[in-house]
Amino acid sequence: MSEIIILVCLLTLGYYFGQRAETKHYKSIIERENQLIKLPLVTLKTPPAINQYEVNSALVSGSVVISIDFFKQFIASLKMLFGGRLTTYESLLDRARREALLRLREQAKIRNAFVVLNTRIETASISKSSGRREGSIGSIEVIAYGTALTMTSRRRHNTR
Amino acid sequence: MILTNIEQVPGRKILQHYGLVQGNTIRAKHVGKDILASIKNIFGGELSAYTELLSESRKEATDRMIQQAEAMGANAIVNVRYSTSSVAQGAAELYAYGTAIRVE
Repeated sequence: MSEIIILVCLLTLGYYFGQRAETKHYKSIIERENQLIKLPLVTLKTPPAINQYEVNSALVSGSVVISIDFFKQFIASLKMLFGGRLTTYESLLDRARREALLRLREQAKIRNAFVVLNTRIETASISKSSGRREGSIGSIEVIAYGTALTMTSRRRHNTR
Repeated sequence: MILTNIEQVPGRKILQHYGLVQGNTIRAKHVGKDILASIKNIFGGELSAYTELLSESRKEATDRMIQQAEAMGANAIVNVRYSTSSVAQGAAELYAYGTAIRVE
């Protein structure tokens, strides 16, 4: 009996705090995305041809570790019996990727970059089996990195 | 040291290739932080302690790669890639590799 009470308690706590954290996070993501919308992130590898200015490059990256709440994990484990879309995990991964990309953009913005080339996103699942069930995701890490290009001074001599 | 993850350094000519350079680090999680993280697993949200730990270790792997490139006499590394793999339970390897080159 006491086990059920604990489970219900954890589920309620997870639901309440998880929902609140997610709404807040999405709100801040959308707000910051609107601020940084002018900085393009591309997956192209060729730099644009700019002759008048000297172009400098630097590696920038952004990473985030985000964890799922107990309620969503519970729902997902129930859904895994029947298969199909796990919408609870979808929102977790979406949040993590967008947050990592935002941090990448912020890093590029600090350097005054005008474009980020060859943006790559990598996802790694950490603390795989420290949770209660074997093989449950728990928390994921997303890292985004790319080459930020900055225009500095006017080129003195034409090398190309 | 210029790092890029494309095949060239924009605006500069590549003079010489030195070959592959790499750096790695294996980090285990702190027990106290692990307990905190498992509590955070109930409520959800960002685990900022882990974010810090991982980006710090990634920086260390990058620094080791840069050291190797400096020893070769390179002044830039192109096509830098990162990868993460979990070696043992509770430990992760962060790995950075790229091609050391000399640019003008």
